[in-house]
Amino acid sequence: MTPHLQELWVYLSTTPLLWLTLTLVVFQGAEALFRRSGANPLCNPVLLSVSTLSVLLLISGTEYKTYFGGAQFLQFLLGPATVSLAVPLYRQFEAIRKSLVAIVTSLLVGSLTAIGTAVGIAYVLGAEPAILLSLAPKSVTSPIAMGIAEQIGGIPSLAAVMVILTGITGAAFGSWVLDLVRVKDEIARGVAWGIAAHGIGTARAMHSSAVSGAFAGLAMGLNGLATALLLPALVGLVR
Amino acid sequence: MLAYITLLLGCQLAGEVLVRLSGLPIPGPVVGMVILFIGLVVRGRVPVEMEKVTGTLLRYLSLLFVPAGVGVVVHLKRLSDAILPVAGAVIVGTLITIAVTGVVMQRMNRKGAAE
Repeated sequence: MTPHLQELWVYLSTTPLLWLTLTLVVFQGAEALFRRSGANPLCNPVLLSVSTLSVLLLISGTEYKTYFGGAQFLQFLLGPATVSLAVPLYRQFEAIRKSLVAIVTSLLVGSLTAIGTAVGIAYVLGAEPAILLSLAPKSVTSPIAMGIAEQIGGIPSLAAVMVILTGITGAAFGSWVLDLVRVKDEIARGVAWGIAAHGIGTARAMHSSAVSGAFAGLAMGLNGLATALLLPALVGLVR
Repeated sequence: MLAYITLLLGCQLAGEVLVRLSGLPIPGPVVGMVILFIGLVVRGRVPVEMEKVTGTLLRYLSLLFVPAGVGVVVHLKRLSDAILPVAGAVIVGTLITIAVTGVVMQRMNRKGAAE
């Protein structure tokens, strides 16, 4: 780089503008690729975006703190987006009322399965306690998972990464698994996506149908609550 | 449009305040969602302008998780040391959870509908 360009880079790389813009550009590129691939699960837009941006940070030697300085504006929108889920919820109000008992049962089973499989599998494969405790709340939306991780002795920022990886897995392969176990009911598919894979699963469910999306949003909110109540109690029992 | 952006933020703010005051282990935005939901039930319909705002936010919901996901760069060492347990828990654990939850919900829902 010539000195002039280097100065420009030093300036740009520390402004919020550069990394915010790059995140938007990369995500749109990832969505285009996802569509062109015929919705291939391995081309999941969140997966592609996270890996591309991570590589960009590593090769440019940029700290995550600097990146987040720009990208935090997007993360902020998670709040109003969560509030927005009230709209699909309202549209499916009748259906939700009819399925209330089924939803609560699925919630308890799903929440415990999510915690149990995460901790159980990682324990058997030899993970240390800090990893186990950061994995335990992986199926709930990132702000709740970070709070829970902190409370039970995990690492909040690591828990957030586990949450995103979980969401990507659920969004990418959820449809395949649900077909495999012959779950065709749109409501059941939505609930499964919301409980196992929080907001990223909900986004995926919304792409498949409005009914699935509404139930996924509801299930995501409920599982956040259930996990926040159950997990600290479970950890207390084990200790 | 601006009115509904303000409304969404207002619901979130009210949610945050309620959570802080009550000490409930739920995030403010989820309580905000409940508040807006109650508002919609009272109102009896979704205003068109509001639909535009919420529809746009929800259309790009998955984008909003990208910044936290890139946090993976901070934990590369720790994750690569525990790649097998993490991959096992995340991939196998999540897929089992989806399958179990989907099956339970479908069975229960059918039973409920048949009664």
